[in-house]
Amino acid sequence: MVIYGVALLAFCTIAGLYVGDLLGIAIGVQANVGGVGFAMLLAIVGSNWLKRRDGITSPTEQGIAFWNAIYIPVVVAMAAQQNVVAALSSGLVAILAGVLAVVACAALVPTVDRLSQKQPAAAARAELVQ
Amino acid sequence: MITTFLDVVQRNNLVAGFAVIGAIVWVSYLLSNRLTRGRIHGSAIAIFGGLVLAWVGGAVTGGERGLADVPVFGGIAILGGAMLRDFAIVATAYGVDPTEMKKAGVSGAVSLLLGVVGSFAVGAVVAWSFGYRDAVSVTTIGAGAATFIVGPVTGAALGASSDVIALSIAAGLAKAILVMIGTPFAARFIGLDNPQTAMVYGGLMGTTSGVAGGLAATDPKLVPYGAMTATFYTGLGCLLCPSVLFLAVRAIFG
Repeated sequence: MVIYGVALLAFCTIAGLYVGDLLGIAIGVQANVGGVGFAMLLAIVGSNWLKRRDGITSPTEQGIAFWNAIYIPVVVAMAAQQNVVAALSSGLVAILAGVLAVVACAALVPTVDRLSQKQPAAAARAELVQ
Repeated sequence: MITTFLDVVQRNNLVAGFAVIGAIVWVSYLLSNRLTRGRIHGSAIAIFGGLVLAWVGGAVTGGERGLADVPVFGGIAILGGAMLRDFAIVATAYGVDPTEMKKAGVSGAVSLLLGVVGSFAVGAVVAWSFGYRDAVSVTTIGAGAATFIVGPVTGAALGASSDVIALSIAAGLAKAILVMIGTPFAARFIGLDNPQTAMVYGGLMGTTSGVAGGLAATDPKLVPYGAMTATFYTGLGCLLCPSVLFLAVRAIFG
């Protein structure tokens, strides 16, 4: 049933956001802490568990695949409701702060990336030795 | 007759939103194939088109929600709102390889910390060089350079003035928009073509909408990995900015 896939996603989303809100309250910040991340972890674990039990049938998968595919249109709609006028007219200080933060952090990507990329190489060598 | 049509559209705004977004995507892919021979991805053009329409909508109505403030296009607010955005992001997790995620563990955590502190520092320096000298304003604008949620949350916690809070939101907005547009172009230079780098990228950039949009335009397969780390960024920012980072700013500026 297609609805099973959609319902599984809905359950994961609500449960994850709930955990995120609780975590936000627990550490005293007015924000959802990693709610979508927890929801995604649940979806990964849940779908793998169901697959192992042969529980995901093709229609169920379609229910998930639809929302997976509708993701980019949702992002387009999200872009279409940003306050672009405010961002452009707020003056140089806001634009510079945002733009320079992006540039500085983008420049850090290769450096931070290298921290972990050593591990898979080491793991691959270990496998060869075995 | 036209009023009846507009009435139907407004009563069924979410359904109409699907049609409008579908049309934007269709035109974008047409432009991508005809004008750039597919070199600039259709979804990148669609996202940019969405932003241009948001500018038009905001300029025409004077509202804060871009195109969604035009009553006929109200459904876009639901379609692109936080609820369906989060739901669709969770759907992208289906098909994620858990082993890829474990690999990026260390650099994912480091990228989050560096991302928040780095953006904050850059924002704070910009605020200072534009003449802001009080610790509360510098901290709030710095927090805005993290994301447009961290900025106002920090500003409200520290009691910043409303124009400084507005600036912090604008800084976060500028960041989100630049990440949406710039990611496909930057991808080649920073090696953003695999799940691990996408997780690092999400952690360093942090803006969930920017990262998700930018990665969708670069390679949709990378979206769940980037979104995964980015989703922790705002929470970490709300935790660090009004506390540790504010104290650091106050220690420096007195």
